[in-house]
Amino acid sequence: MDPLILLTGTVLSGILLAACAPLLYRRLGAYAAGLALFPLAIFIQLCLAIPALAAGATWQAALPWVPSLGLSLNVKLDGLGLVMALLISGIGALVIIYGGAYLKGHPFLGRFYSLVILFMTAMLGVVLSNNALLLFVFWELTSISSFFLIGFEHHKANARAAAWQALLVTGSGGLAMLAGFALLGKITGSFEISQWIESSAAVIAHPLAPAAFLLILAGAATKSAQFPFHFWLPNAMEAPTPVSAYLHSATMVKAGVYLLARLFPVFGGLALWPVVVTTLGLVTLVGGALLALAQTDLKRLLAYTTISALGSMVFFLGLGTSLAVKTAVAVLIAHALYKGALFLVAGSVDHGTGTRDIAILGGIGRAMPFTAAAAGLAGLSMAGIPPLLGFIAKELMYETTLESTLPALLSGLLLVANVGMVAVAGWVGYRPFWGQPGQEDLHPHEGSAGLWLPPILLAALSLLLGAFPQLAGKWLVAPAAQAVWQATLSVKLSIWHGLTPMLGLSALTLLLGIGLSAARQRLQPAIARFWHALAKFGPAALYPRSLHTVLSFAAWQTNLLQSGYLRLYVGSIILFTVVLAIFTMARQSIQLVLPTISPPRFYDVILIGIILTAAFLVTRARSRLATMALLGSIGFSIAVIFLLYSAPDLAMVQFAIETLTVILFVLVLYRLPKFKQLSSQSAKITDMLVALMGGILMTGLMLIVSAHNSDAHLARYFVENSLPLANGRNIVNVILVDFRGFDTMGEITVLSIAALGVFSLIKLAAGGKKKRQVPLARGKK
Amino acid sequence: MQRSILLSFAARYLMPLMLVFSVFLLIRGHNEVGGGFAGGLVATSALMLYAIALSPAALRKLLPVEPRLLISIGLLSAFSSGVIPMLAGKPFMTGLWLKSPIPVIGKVGTPLLFDTGVYLVVIGVVVWILLTLAEE
Repeated sequence: MDPLILLTGTVLSGILLAACAPLLYRRLGAYAAGLALFPLAIFIQLCLAIPALAAGATWQAALPWVPSLGLSLNVKLDGLGLVMALLISGIGALVIIYGGAYLKGHPFLGRFYSLVILFMTAMLGVVLSNNALLLFVFWELTSISSFFLIGFEHHKANARAAAWQALLVTGSGGLAMLAGFALLGKITGSFEISQWIESSAAVIAHPLAPAAFLLILAGAATKSAQFPFHFWLPNAMEAPTPVSAYLHSATMVKAGVYLLARLFPVFGGLALWPVVVTTLGLVTLVGGALLALAQTDLKRLLAYTTISALGSMVFFLGLGTSLAVKTAVAVLIAHALYKGALFLVAGSVDHGTGTRDIAILGGIGRAMPFTAAAAGLAGLSMAGIPPLLGFIAKELMYETTLESTLPALLSGLLLVANVGMVAVAGWVGYRPFWGQPGQEDLHPHEGSAGLWLPPILLAALSLLLGAFPQLAGKWLVAPAAQAVWQATLSVKLSIWHGLTPMLGLSALTLLLGIGLSAARQRLQPAIARFWHALAKFGPAALYPRSLHTVLSFAAWQTNLLQSGYLRLYVGSIILFTVVLAIFTMARQSIQLVLPTISPPRFYDVILIGIILTAAFLVTRARSRLATMALLGSIGFSIAVIFLLYSAPDLAMVQFAIETLTVILFVLVLYRLPKFKQLSSQSAKITDMLVALMGGILMTGLMLIVSAHNSDAHLARYFVENSLPLANGRNIVNVILVDFRGFDTMGEITVLSIAALGVFSLIKLAAGGKKKRQVPLARGKK
Repeated sequence: MQRSILLSFAARYLMPLMLVFSVFLLIRGHNEVGGGFAGGLVATSALMLYAIALSPAALRKLLPVEPRLLISIGLLSAFSSGVIPMLAGKPFMTGLWLKSPIPVIGKVGTPLLFDTGVYLVVIGVVVWILLTLAEE
């Protein structure tokens, strides 16, 4: 594959397709599920690329974007990116098909397609970026598309709150990560990740390295729902189920794990790495599994076990041995496959019965055979039963902890977490289908093929890769692990290792897990009570409190600063400028040099006389009309001065503006209140002082500028280069549209936004008077 | 309010003249006095003169598009004038010019497109605000 096609084909065309998706849906209706062809094409391309990448090749392409910031469209596909991209595109295709069936007839289905494709593109961007700033851009884009997808049912208050929470948690983590990237960029002088890896020795030796590492870790931990930021993930289950399957289990939440794996060659040698990362992962691993045991909702059960699985990946990356890296990759693949399938199953069950509560569900397997088959396979993989991929991953997990420095402790904790996993696998994959039916008659029915085929395919893949472990090892785990380890690794996965301690631990896990699974009705209430009692100390309780603090601080300072009085705004702007300018001038010890002043001509004197008199009279004016006329005469006199000093462009604009101001004034004159003198004498004196200070400062600045500008190389540059470089003789206009065209672009944008603001203020004020309930009702909804 | 016949009569003839003048200002702006900003303001004055002399509704009827659409078109053309050079492999907002000038208009290049964008945005913004105020 041509590297440039890699960039444009996967990343840029996805953004275009996302933009067109709603339109396509309107045209194509049910056939819009054909959008799945796009990720499928990417998936096939990537599959074809596997042999070359497994042999150690990488594909790279770069286009400059903002070179001055070190930002480039630099993409690189290596083994790690390949595995992630395969998951993203493969599961993406299935989720689009599934989503079309799941949300059939939903009014926002077009929006769903658009957002899922946008997310997929952003996620591919994350795993393909070789430039950290580019990675950040895509990273935030995944957060934003996740925000919209969690809040997909935006008429529900819960969905909106969950979307907001996810965005705030992952967004603030993303900002911390950006700060970490900036530090690393400062240390290494580059934002290319491959460059960071090359100079990792210099990075580790740098005193700022721990700070950079911790900041980036904060980004990874929020994204991958590590303790204490895990609470957003279960709440994100408000999203439609295909979204939960795709974003919140299979791909997006793995972005943090991916980032840690990607930066393992950079930070792996840091003394902090093993301590912090393993602790973080271990707490999340065990905590997630134990929290899961209290849940009865299918999706929340899966969400907490996802947290646990993410914790295990982080934990193994933290251990940082070559075996641990292999294990992390194997767990990542196994988890994406079985958990994606189980989420889709949960959606199908919800669709077929109308509930996701495992206390109610039971015995629906006969009515939903295909869904039950997918659930069974995926559940077996989750429980770690041979010959599924989950079993191989679990064996690797135990092998790694047994070889670590604290074998008993780590293996014990891992056992606890895995027992929880097995129990949940039973509750999700077995109980609803073959367990004791509940009291209610659920009328279960199998949905269309779009609802059961994708989970079956995913689950079958778990079986396939588990049955042929050498294939998975050679083509998937090895290339990814090598990219992390930065050296050749041999990966030989197999089902049967002989009678090893790992096998014993696996068997013990299964035994305990099945027991726990069977004892659900007796144990679960107690576990739920325990966590409920603990909840008020948890980070989930801290979130609303800190949010409330931030909001009330914002309200307080807004009330303080935004008084609503125009004169206070103007006054504070002038005062602030004066203070800053004086401070700067004092520090730079700038001397006030009087330039040589040519004697004024008589019309200069007349104009200045008019301006000064009018300015004085304006303060004494007793009517609006007089004020307007006086201000107008100031403006027109200034325009004439522009003309006299050969600035016809400025003069023309000034004339036009003065004219339009009069028109504006005429339009609003009748609706203004009576013109009254409200300011007290002391307020007037203060205002005068502020005004004088502002005037003196501006005069002083002008004098300084014209004194320092005697050589005027900037002005000369414009004069000399206006015609040859910009093909124009009117320097003012050439500066506006060419030399400083970027500024003008910003200005017209601001102008447009200001117009929008004025329009809404006028319309809102008018509408608010007529029907006051409207904004309130809107707020409630 | 009584409408002045003189003013409304004059406005009907002045407005097109002023509009032509504003386009003239826009086109020659790169070399002589003028430009998108000044041209846009002159055009706005012309339109507002019409609105005051006849009525805001008359101006609305006269305008082929909503003023806010003018803003979008203006922003879009200013932005695309920056993108066009990128298609030719140059950095964003590099000025590209046609080799030979076109009769009447003169030299044509992406800065002229940019200036046209400014012109349209200025008209759109001011007319939109003033019309909203006038119609309230």
